[in-house]
Amino acid sequence: MKPSTAYRQYHPKWHRTRVSTLWWSRKWSYLKFMLRELSSVFVAFYVVILLLQLHALRGGPEAYLEFQQWLENPLLVILNGIGFLFVLFHAVTWFNLAPKAMVVRLRGRRLPDVLVAAPNYAAWLAVSALIVFLLLREG
Amino acid sequence: MANRSNEPLLWALFSGGGVAAAFLIPILFFLYGLAFPLGWLQPPDYERTLDLVRHPLARLALFLLCFLSLFHWAHRFRFTLYDGLQIKHLDPVINLFCYGGAVTGTVAAAYLLWTLP
Repeated sequence: MKPSTAYRQYHPKWHRTRVSTLWWSRKWSYLKFMLRELSSVFVAFYVVILLLQLHALRGGPEAYLEFQQWLENPLLVILNGIGFLFVLFHAVTWFNLAPKAMVVRLRGRRLPDVLVAAPNYAAWLAVSALIVFLLLREG
Repeated sequence: MANRSNEPLLWALFSGGGVAAAFLIPILFFLYGLAFPLGWLQPPDYERTLDLVRHPLARLALFLLCFLSLFHWAHRFRFTLYDGLQIKHLDPVINLFCYGGAVTGTVAAAYLLWTLP
């Protein structure tokens, strides 16, 4: 798309400073923002693993065993370790957003951020404990 | 009507997915990505896993987890590409990749969960 020069005849040219492509690498807070955004890649990555697991479950006991052995691949374990840290980062930053997204007032005073975020963490713990219980309890 | 933006819907899916992923993925990723392969904990066997996943509530939860998390990824990753690499001009390609990928994964999840033995 070529902007018409005639159209701009009496219009001042927009001034825009060029921003380096690596703008987010210069400052820790920007980098943290970028890492937080990239956590979504590992969220999707886990969903892919889950889909493969469901596929293996449909395939029968042998296919499932094969899937479990595939998960033991050292490279995949390292990648999953990194992925786990990223999704942990996602969860913590997400729960910490709650007090910023929703201001809770009690008797006209703003409830401290910690108290707004706390129920999230409690629920997170409960859900995680339930999953561990369901998966690890004896037959 | 014709010009109505679908951004609010995408934003709602993004935040729904953010919640689902924050609650469910860390523990599942820890168990299946680290604890089970490294032998820290004993995973449930085939029969037991199938029993658990076959439950209607589990199927629903897993479907929502896949569906919402994928759209969460699509929306967030789309803007990561815009901002991080400054490639907003590749909009159509990025949208196709992100939302197309999310739709594909969601359909796959629905099919797999529906046809579980």
